[in-house]
Amino acid sequence: MSSSLNTTLSNAQTEAAATSPEGPKNQPVRKAKRASGVVGLLLQNRKASIGAFIVVFYVLVAAIGPYLVPYDPTEIVARRHMPPSWEHWFGTDGYGKDVLSQTVVGARSSLATGFIVGAIVTVIGILIGMTAGYMRGRVDDFLSTVINIVLIIPGLPLLIVLAAFLPAGFWSIIFVLSVTGWAWGARVLRSQTMSLREKDFVASAVTVGEGKLRIMLREILPNMMSIVVAGFFGAVNYAIGAQAGLEFLGLGNPSNISWGNNLYWAQNNSAMLVGAWWTLIPSGLSIALVAFGFSMINYAIDEVTNPRLRSQRQTAQILKGQPAKVRKSRATPVLMEGTEG
Amino acid sequence: MSTDVKRGIRAVPGNFVPLIEIDNLQVEYLAGRGSVRAVDGVSFSIGKGEVVGLAGESGSGKSTIAQAIMRILQPPAIITGGKVLIEGKDVLQMSDKQIRDFRWDEVSMVFQSAMNSLNPVMTVGDQIIDAILAHRKISEQQAREQAKEMLRIVGIEADRIDSYPHQLSGGMRQRAVIAIALALQPPLMIMDEPTTALDVVVQREILAKITELREQFGFSILFITHDMSLLVEISDRIAIMYGGEIVEMAPSRELFENPLHPYTQGLMASFPALTGPRKRLEGIPGSPPDLISPPSGCRFHPRCPHRFGPCDSIHPPLIEVRPNHFVACHLHTTPEGSAQ
Amino acid sequence: MSEQRDLVLDVQHLTKHFPMGGMRDARKVHAVEDVTFSIPRTEIVTLVGESGSGKSTTARLISRLIEPTSGEVIYNGTDVLKSQPRGASLDYRGDVQMVFQDPFGSLNPAHTIGYHIERPLLIHKKVSGRKELRERVLDLLNTVGLGPAEETAEKFPYELSGGQRQRVGFARALSVEPKVILADEPVSMLDVSIRVGVLNLMKRLADDSGLSFLYITHDIASARYISDHTNVMYAGRMVEGAPSDELVHEPAHPYTRLLLSAVPNPHAGLRTQETVARGEIPSLIDPPPGCPFAARCPHVMPVCREVMPNAVTIAPNHWVRCHLYGDGGVSPLPTAANSVG
Repeated sequence: MSSSLNTTLSNAQTEAAATSPEGPKNQPVRKAKRASGVVGLLLQNRKASIGAFIVVFYVLVAAIGPYLVPYDPTEIVARRHMPPSWEHWFGTDGYGKDVLSQTVVGARSSLATGFIVGAIVTVIGILIGMTAGYMRGRVDDFLSTVINIVLIIPGLPLLIVLAAFLPAGFWSIIFVLSVTGWAWGARVLRSQTMSLREKDFVASAVTVGEGKLRIMLREILPNMMSIVVAGFFGAVNYAIGAQAGLEFLGLGNPSNISWGNNLYWAQNNSAMLVGAWWTLIPSGLSIALVAFGFSMINYAIDEVTNPRLRSQRQTAQILKGQPAKVRKSRATPVLMEGTEG
Repeated sequence: MSTDVKRGIRAVPGNFVPLIEIDNLQVEYLAGRGSVRAVDGVSFSIGKGEVVGLAGESGSGKSTIAQAIMRILQPPAIITGGKVLIEGKDVLQMSDKQIRDFRWDEVSMVFQSAMNSLNPVMTVGDQIIDAILAHRKISEQQAREQAKEMLRIVGIEADRIDSYPHQLSGGMRQRAVIAIALALQPPLMIMDEPTTALDVVVQREILAKITELREQFGFSILFITHDMSLLVEISDRIAIMYGGEIVEMAPSRELFENPLHPYTQGLMASFPALTGPRKRLEGIPGSPPDLISPPSGCRFHPRCPHRFGPCDSIHPPLIEVRPNHFVACHLHTTPEGSAQ
Repeated sequence: MSEQRDLVLDVQHLTKHFPMGGMRDARKVHAVEDVTFSIPRTEIVTLVGESGSGKSTTARLISRLIEPTSGEVIYNGTDVLKSQPRGASLDYRGDVQMVFQDPFGSLNPAHTIGYHIERPLLIHKKVSGRKELRERVLDLLNTVGLGPAEETAEKFPYELSGGQRQRVGFARALSVEPKVILADEPVSMLDVSIRVGVLNLMKRLADDSGLSFLYITHDIASARYISDHTNVMYAGRMVEGAPSDELVHEPAHPYTRLLLSAVPNPHAGLRTQETVARGEIPSLIDPPPGCPFAARCPHVMPVCREVMPNAVTIAPNHWVRCHLYGDGGVSPLPTAANSVG
C-alpha cells in the first residue's frame, strides 16, 4: 500500500548514493575517497563553511592586505579622531593615523601569533599527553603532576607576570602563551591515548613486534586526529584572544601593530570618552569574528565526527523534501501519506 | 514490487487467539549513502500465552522489529508502513500518551544490556516501585510489597530490595530487570537477547525462571536471539529472518526436525553438537546481504547451495507448504523447485 | 625437563595477581592461579571457561602483553620469562601470535587491510623488496579466504564484515610464519553462519601448515569440534583436562558437569534438564583457601573449603583437581598427565 511512497523515498536516496559509486572498478581511489569522506562532509556542513569563510577571509587580509592598504599605519596622515569618511573608511585614531590600515596590518600579527602558538601548543600537547598516556606508571605520575600544576596556576596572572618580566615583543608573547597554553590539550590527549591504548588493535600491534614510538605515532595518533585538529583551532583562538588581552593591558611591544595594540592605543587616547567608536570597533570585531569562525569549524568537526548529531541532521534533511508527513512524536516516527486520516 | 501483495500473508495457525498482530511492517534507516530497509514487509502474530522466537544474524532486522513494536527506535530509523495491532488498536497510530501506557501495561521489554541500564544511584526496589506507581493508583506501601513479591518471583531474596545495582551480580541484575518488566504484568514481554551477555550456567537458570513464570502468569513472549538451539528449547513457534524478511516460520519442533529453507538448514548445521559423532560442519559461505542494495530475487540466492532458475529474479513469497509451516523459497513453492 | 611428546609450548604454574589499584589497598585480584598445561606440536588445545575464569588473561600472559606474577612459559625448551626478562624478543613475537576476540577492535580503523599485513612482514623481514611484499600480502589474503585479494588489500576495516575482519586477524597472525597462534574467543562475536568457517580455517591451518593453537572459548561444543585436548578453567584455576571428546562424554569435575548441563540442547528440551548449582563465580579478590567451586558444588565436603586439591590422573591424558577423586595426597602434576603416551 505504501510501496509507491517508499520507492520515492528510496529513489531520492539512491540518487545521492549514485554519485559515490561503489564496486570493484573504483578500488584504486579508495584512499582518496575516504579522505574526501570527512572533508566532504565538512564542506557540506553549513557551520563549517561559515567558519572557513571567515577564517580564510582574514588569512587573505593578513597575507596580502598590507600591500593594498592606502596609508602607512604608522604615519600620521590626517587630523585626530576623524569619523569614517571617503578618504579614511574607518576614520582616524587619536594620533591621526588611518584605522583601516591599522586593522588590516594588525591582522598579520594577530593571526601569526595565533597559528604559531596553536602549532607549538599542539605539538607539546601531543608529545607530553601521549607519552603520559602511553607509558603510564611513574612517567605518567610525573607528567600528570606537571600538567595539573600548569592547569591549576591561574592563567591570566601568570601571563601578566611573565610578560612583564620578559622584554616586550612578538616572540616573548608567543613564548608566554605557549608555556601557559599547552596543558589543557595535553590532558585531553593523555586520557584519549589511555583509552585507545587499551584497544585490541594496539595489543595486536605489540604482538607483531611494533615499537613504542611507531605505535604511538602510527596506530594511536591517527585515531585522534579530530581531537588534535579541534585542539589546534581552540589553541589558535586562545592565543589570539590572550595576545590581544596582554597588549591591551600594555604588556606587548606598543610599536608593533596588532589588534590588541590598536585597542590599547584607542583606550590610551580616551576613544570612548570622545566618542571615537570607530577606533575600537574594527579591531574588536575582527577578534570576535575570527574567534567565531574557529568555533564554528570546531562545532562542525564535532557534528561530523559525532554520528548521532550527524544522523539527526541528515534525517531532518531527507524528510524535508518528502511529500509524505511524519507525525511529531517522541516515539519512533511513522511515515504516513498526507491524504490519509 | 508485484510480490508485495503475496508477502502480506500472515503465518497464523487456525486455532488460536492472537494477542498482537504485525502486518506488513516496514522500517527504514535513512542514511546519506542510501536508505536501508531493515524490516521489509514482515507479518506475523503472537497468540495469548505463546512464545514466538525470532532468529537471524546481525542485520537481519530482528531487533529492529522489537524496537519498532515498542516504538523506541530513534531516527534515522523510521517506520514507513504496516500495522501493529494489539487488541484491535494500531500501535503505529497512537499518540505519545497512549504509547506511554501501552509500553508498560501491554508490553514490556528486556534487552541484552538491560542489566547495565538500571539506574546506578537508585535501589533496585525503588526502580520497581517507581514503575508500579507511575501506572497504578496504589499506596507506596502496597507498591513496596508488590516489588518484594516481584523480586521473590524472579528468585532474588526480598531483603535485597534496598540493594543498589552494583551490589548485585550480572545474573541478579538481569533478573531484577525481568522483575521490573513483570511488575505491571503485561500480557506481552519482548526479550531481545536477554541472556546473551551472561554465562551459560546463569543463562540456564534465567531461562528456566522465564519458562516457569510464563506457565504461572500466562503472558506471551517475543523471544529474539541468534542462538537456534536456545530458541528451539524455549519457543512454541520460530520465525527465521534473513535480510529484513521472514524466510521461514513453523512450530519449533517442526522447524528443528524439518527445516525447509536452505538458510535455516545452514543455520542448523552451523552449531557444533555436544553429542553424536564429530562431523565436519560447513556453515554458510559468503556474508549477509548489504541492505542498501539487496540482491535481486531471493535475498539469499548468492549464498544458496540449491539456487536454480527463478531464484535470482523472482522474489519468493512466504507460503504455507504444510500445516503451520511457512517458507519463502522457490524449492518448495514452485513445481520446478520441487523437482530439483 | 624431558618431553615424551614434542611440546611446542609448556606453561608451568602460571600466576597473575593484579593489584586492586588503590594506594593503600593491598588486596590483589587473583586472576590466574597456578595454571599448568602444554600444547603439543600441530595440535589445537582449548581453554574453556566462563567470563572471569582467567582464560583470556592466560593468553595475554603467554603472548607477554602482560607480565605474570610467577610461573614459567617454556617455549621450545627454554623459559622465555627468564631468558627475556625485559619483554618478549622479536623472535618470540614472530613465533607466538595472537588473534583477538573483537573483530571490530583489533584492526586499526585508520589503516588499510593491506597495511595491517604488510607491517609484520616488514618488521620480521620476511620479504625483500616491494614486489615480494605485495605478493605475500595477496597470498596471505587468499589463504584465509579473502579474495579477490587485490581489492581487499585496499579496503579499510569498516568496509568489511565481522567474519572478514576476523580472517584479516588470522592473515596478520600468519604473516610472520608463527609456530603457535593464541586465539582468544575468535568466533564468539561473529554471526553463527560465519563461525564454522573460521573454526574450519583454524583446523585446516593446524592440519596442513603444522601450526599449533591455543583456542580460548566459553563454548564447550566448539571446543569439542576443533580441538584435540580441552582444559577447563574456573575462577582463575584449571580444574580438569582431557581429550576433548572424552571431556564431553565423561566429565569428572562437578563444574565441568554443570557447564555441560547448561549448554542449550534442543534434543533434550528445557524442562527435562535440571540446574544443579546456584550462584556465580566467587570473587577473585584474595579468595579463601580451598577449591573455588566449593560454594556452588553439590558434592562439597569439609576438606574442599580447606585445601585446593591436587591434580589426579583418572585416565590416560585425563586429569582432574577434585577431592572426589584420588586420596587428595600427592598426585602427579597435570603436565605429567598430559605427556603420558
